[in-house]
Amino acid sequence: MKLESKVPTGPIEKSWDKYRFELKLVNPANKRKFKVLVVGTGLAGASAAASCAELGYQVESFCVQDSARRAHSIAAQGGINAAKNYPNDGDSIWRLFYDTVKGGDFRAREANVYRLAQVSNSIIDQCVAQGVPFAREYGGTLSNRSFGGAQVSRTFYARGQTGQQLLLGAYSALMRQVGAGTVKLHTRREMLDLVVIDGVARGIIVRDLVTGKVERHWGDAVLLCTGGYANAYYLSTNAGSCNVTATWRAYKRGAAFANPCFTQIHPTCVPVSGEHQSKLTLMSESLRNDGRVWVPLKKGDKRKPQDIPGAERDYYLERKYPAFGNLVPRDIASRAAKQMTDDGRGVGNTGLSVYLDFADAISRIGLDKVKEKYGNLFDMYHHITDENPYEQPMRIYPAVHYAMGGLWVDYNLMTTIPGLFCLGEANFSDHGANRLGASALMQGLADGYFVIPYTIGGYLTGHKLPKVTTDHAAFVEAENDVNNRTKALLGTKGKKTPAAFHRDLGRVMWDNVGMGRNAKGLQAALSKIPEIRAEFWKNVTVTGEGGDFNQVLERAGRVADFLEFGELLAKDALLREESCGGHFREEHQTPDGEAKRDDEKFSHVAAWEYKGEGKAAERHTEPLTFENVHIAQRNYA
Amino acid sequence: MNITLKVWRQKGPAAPGGLVEYTVSGVVPEMSFLEMLDTLNEQLIAKGEDPLAFDSDCREGICGMCNLMIDGQAHGPDKEATTCQLHMRRYKDGDVVTVEPFRAKGFPLVKDLVVDRSAFDRIQAAGGFVSINTGNAVDGNSNLIPHDKAEKAMDAAACIGCGACVAACPNASAMLFVAAKVSQYALLPQGQPEREKRVLAMREAMDKEGFGHCTNEYECEAACPKGIKLSNIARLNREFLRATLVSE
Repeated sequence: MKLESKVPTGPIEKSWDKYRFELKLVNPANKRKFKVLVVGTGLAGASAAASCAELGYQVESFCVQDSARRAHSIAAQGGINAAKNYPNDGDSIWRLFYDTVKGGDFRAREANVYRLAQVSNSIIDQCVAQGVPFAREYGGTLSNRSFGGAQVSRTFYARGQTGQQLLLGAYSALMRQVGAGTVKLHTRREMLDLVVIDGVARGIIVRDLVTGKVERHWGDAVLLCTGGYANAYYLSTNAGSCNVTATWRAYKRGAAFANPCFTQIHPTCVPVSGEHQSKLTLMSESLRNDGRVWVPLKKGDKRKPQDIPGAERDYYLERKYPAFGNLVPRDIASRAAKQMTDDGRGVGNTGLSVYLDFADAISRIGLDKVKEKYGNLFDMYHHITDENPYEQPMRIYPAVHYAMGGLWVDYNLMTTIPGLFCLGEANFSDHGANRLGASALMQGLADGYFVIPYTIGGYLTGHKLPKVTTDHAAFVEAENDVNNRTKALLGTKGKKTPAAFHRDLGRVMWDNVGMGRNAKGLQAALSKIPEIRAEFWKNVTVTGEGGDFNQVLERAGRVADFLEFGELLAKDALLREESCGGHFREEHQTPDGEAKRDDEKFSHVAAWEYKGEGKAAERHTEPLTFENVHIAQRNYA
Repeated sequence: MNITLKVWRQKGPAAPGGLVEYTVSGVVPEMSFLEMLDTLNEQLIAKGEDPLAFDSDCREGICGMCNLMIDGQAHGPDKEATTCQLHMRRYKDGDVVTVEPFRAKGFPLVKDLVVDRSAFDRIQAAGGFVSINTGNAVDGNSNLIPHDKAEKAMDAAACIGCGACVAACPNASAMLFVAAKVSQYALLPQGQPEREKRVLAMREAMDKEGFGHCTNEYECEAACPKGIKLSNIARLNREFLRATLVSE
């Protein structure tokens, strides 16, 4: 397998413009002859489907939810970054680029990140034009706030519902095309396999989740916009339907999977309350703009937070990182919280949480202002915990939130399978080893609105794509594979539910491949995961039938894939013998407990190639070079 | 605590349906309502029985996927909360709770508690957008939008498309849903070029889907998990009247 990044040479400021010019164009009359399949309707999928249809391609769009408006992008709270520099505070495309590369701990491709920063401004304009009601100043201009480890105010937002509003904007653009007949929308469809003909992606196999019918769809290109794999950990901030199945099946058909060990653990989530827990809820990072994070100075201090005087509190982020204080990037804040709870200074019944306190903010800016800024988040917290955050500090703890890793893509967002593209969280490309706040929305929309509409044309004109039909042997084979798998799941007739297996896997992942990783723990995970997988195929119980609406079967299929994927994630973590961003190897840290990269040996992307059932995956590398950003130990102190 | 559930079970759209009683034990106050149903389902699956089919996804009140009628109230007893945000601390040991799907002509039943809300997508496709192709936008600050207008538009745009308004309405009217979208765009300069066309098209699509008309019952506003105000329906009516009177 050859990893050709196709990154343009020359000055980085000009590279995307030059590259775009050099891409071949598709004649307008020819566009309608090409069919593009888009899987997923989150920010990346909806924006890509709408934009490709506007250009004149035939588009078919697929999602697992009952409507294209529900993908998990909708849950993003805080905002979206752009280098507009409206506040006149020193921002620029270059600074956004620089911050993102540094925030990712120098494990992302410079050229991709530069392009992302470059198109960020167009995204804001596009969304405003669609009627996205961003927050405005009294004079009518767009509001900005600082967010997630940035020292400039470059984040645009719509209350605590920015993801929702951006997704509804993209959904409205998509539905406009559906109404116009240029996009055919298939809801409640799950992609279960990729069809590759002569080495080129030519279609997908999906299951209609209502009737259970398995369908074949052909296309000239396939775009996977299927989100991240955080649910491999069972408990995460992701929605229930978020899964790795589409990208995993693509991996098994030949697409390289890059940096699976780069997972983001978000510092501010509502802590776990018990065994019954089905998901964790994120409390927006914007809360750290005004909230102060602390734990008691004394170990095992059981006093109520109100009764602990200031001198006996440890505002540990402000102490350790005076320049950034409570606004340090996510990986750093999460790790610091873990250090505090490991040290026996965690709070709450479980001892697995820290305080996020608004008392100072309320006395500084007043209760009304705090309500206006964070009201919906406080209400959400109150609903879940029955504790009133206006009266006592919130309790928060890190939780798995985002996947920086994903399918390997080149500068065109194409995977190692020609014709198979991967956009948004599902790909690995822009965030390196750690994603900065308000950058996920930016990347999803950049890929869908402003990258793929150009690069897909270059692919479609540059390749001979003979007409295919869905009775081709490759379609038959892929459909048979899907049916056999369904049969196997239904036929096991064991005693344990898919959710119970998912929980077992999640526990191994969180304990051994979580915030702090070491060789011993990773090796333990690598022996436990195959055991759980073997037990799964012997003892899983799936009720009902394949040809019916069957949520147990859906879950079982996803868990089966997580059980394979989890092993690759752990293996990737074991072989990356350095600490960077969200990947913290305890063996590699500075004397004060910070992540210690090994640029000599690991300044590269690790991309895994599937070698067949029962064979070890092969690790390939794409070297990362930094010509524009000064590479250094990240320092937020 | 133990909770007794009376749940609507129906194998498919054509099959007969009815309430079936289950007792769920080991319910704790911190559980969400849906986690309580998960617990029941785990027990049913382990016994080899078909679990309850119900929709949910984000489980944090924003995706709009969950939709249960709990003791006759859309999304249950909590104000401005979705089903997934309801917690069992609302209930006490021995309570009997009835769980049904969102019922409306426009929302045909799929299975058990799952309904088909694709009618909302078709209404949206009829006109719930600004016709602006990617790449055509002017600078975001070139249209100044007063703070209050933007906030009002945001109030309307907060709709999650769950369908509680329809389920709560005795006429199964979708007016609040349509009004929220029409209002968002009517309040913003971006929505002006298609203002009349939009309201006429969305209203026509709404009628075609078999939703009823508004008779000011106020049930939709009471059930809405996002606090969308009835005044949006007044705006919808005004927009509709305006569009029928004013034409080029």
